[in-house]
Amino acid sequence: MERLTCGVIGGLAATLALAVAGPALAQVDLSGTWTNLIHEDGQPYRIGGPNIGDYTGHPLNEAGRARANTWSASRETVPEFQCIPHPATYWQNAGNVRIFPVVDDVTKGVVALHMEIHFFRSARDIWLDGRPRPPADARHTWSGFSTGEWKGNMLTMTTTHLKEGRVSRNGIEHSDRAVLVEHIFRHRDHLTWVSVIQDPVYFEEPVIKTRTYFLNLGLQLAPYPCVAAVEIDRPEGAIPHWLPGQNASLFDWAKRWGVPVEAAMGGARTLLPEFRKEIGRASGQ
Amino acid sequence: MRPVSCLVLLAWAGAPALGVVVAAQENGTAAAADVRVLQVRDGIYMVAGAGGNVTVQVGGDGILLVDTGRAAMGDQVLAAIRTISNAPIRQIVLTHDHPDSAGGVATLRTAGDAVLGGNFGGRAGAAILAHENAWLRMSAGGLPPAALPTDTYHVRRHDFSFNGEPVEILHQPRAHTDGDSMVLFRRSDVISTGDIFSTTRYPVIDVASGGSINGVIDALNRLLEITIPRTLQEDGTLVIPGDGRLCDEGDVNWYRYMVTVIRDRVQDMATRGMTLEQVKAARPTLEYDGRYGSETGPWTTEMFIEAVYRGVSAPQSR
Repeated sequence: MERLTCGVIGGLAATLALAVAGPALAQVDLSGTWTNLIHEDGQPYRIGGPNIGDYTGHPLNEAGRARANTWSASRETVPEFQCIPHPATYWQNAGNVRIFPVVDDVTKGVVALHMEIHFFRSARDIWLDGRPRPPADARHTWSGFSTGEWKGNMLTMTTTHLKEGRVSRNGIEHSDRAVLVEHIFRHRDHLTWVSVIQDPVYFEEPVIKTRTYFLNLGLQLAPYPCVAAVEIDRPEGAIPHWLPGQNASLFDWAKRWGVPVEAAMGGARTLLPEFRKEIGRASGQ
Repeated sequence: MRPVSCLVLLAWAGAPALGVVVAAQENGTAAAADVRVLQVRDGIYMVAGAGGNVTVQVGGDGILLVDTGRAAMGDQVLAAIRTISNAPIRQIVLTHDHPDSAGGVATLRTAGDAVLGGNFGGRAGAAILAHENAWLRMSAGGLPPAALPTDTYHVRRHDFSFNGEPVEILHQPRAHTDGDSMVLFRRSDVISTGDIFSTTRYPVIDVASGGSINGVIDALNRLLEITIPRTLQEDGTLVIPGDGRLCDEGDVNWYRYMVTVIRDRVQDMATRGMTLEQVKAARPTLEYDGRYGSETGPWTTEMFIEAVYRGVSAPQSR
């Protein structure tokens, strides 16, 4: 009887300890395969891709706009560009994601979350064990170096050491000085994923995007091999790009849909409700 | 004699002793530098913060260095190397002759000991290899023998084995200067580029020493032919730039893109008859200035644009 009492008390104590200690490591289990509700942003991030010259919703600065204005889609046919995966900054636009915990063999604690997406099977590790960031001299990668921190049921991830990469597939790109901050919330079988790209080189303000995913237990992430090859003969070293002012298609989208060019060209000011009024006054509406 | 030699070294490090403005400007100040060691691969390290990056290859034969950093940083570079290995420094390869890369030669050479036969007695110091054009300029600068290359090459490609590893020295004509070398460690799959490639600034083009924008682009294209990514345009061949962080082909590709775009723009403007001042006013580097540009210091955006303009305007520039 005495042994039983001790066992019951011990079991209760252990249960209580786990109940208190567990959430400190991970408030919510994000494990699983998640389908990206990619229709949320419509055409720009589905297969067709965004239109040339449509920078609406992006707080581009002058340099970022100049870079996008001279981008040519043909650049992506150059062998060294063909197998560039979507960087971490573009993950939300790149299809489905698989997440599973990386567990320490000894402590059984979750030290990281491993994430993979459909496109190119890009992978990231979100380190939760408090390890320091690599030094400034270390290599940058498409996925960067990510750390995570639980704040209640929200996982906040901070990513540095990124290579230059795309923000939108029409020439809007970030520099290798970009820092990505993401927040993930789980609501039963749905994830809300918020990404904030901070890059003063090309943006006046942080670029903020959100996306919803739903749990899809039958989801498969297929292999995505890529081997670059010369597909178009060009003079050695030639890289397609538009000289400033020579892209005749740059304003086609704005003209077609009656969008003021100033709005189409993006910028922090164009993101605010006041800008709509401003444009309305300018057009006499 | 020794004090005189030291004075000459100081003059080389602190003033345009070679008659090359760019070289002297690259020397800058090293007072606040913070020398750091980063392991690149097994047996390969990058020492950063000494003015230019120094590559350290370590093995049973001893130590091979690519570049030395500035003269003022020689002792700190040596101390950093000693945190990696106490093996003797046998061989130094200079990617070019500027003080940010070759300034520490005297300090590091005398701390080393080449592999020599015959009747040599005592310590001969490390062997130093550079392209012949780099040696010519260094010799003309009145440097003491201890600061000069002991060996030169004049062909497109030179090679030897060190620490059981094939080492290729690749001459790249008319790029940063006319005496640039890239050093490929074939087994380790690491290449040191010297100032042909940087992650911190626009390419420095020393026109007075035979450098040219088209030569830089040719060099970057050759670099991309050599590098092979492991997967998805990253990892695989690792690239140690002249200054800045450790890289791979993905980074070189972005840099090549930037330099090519700017060259094409300036060439178009020059072809249309625009003057240098008009080209500068047109801001052909606009979207890259926030990342690579500078209004002050040893290599400004205006200096870069001028070097590009001169390069594309020169007859038979390619």
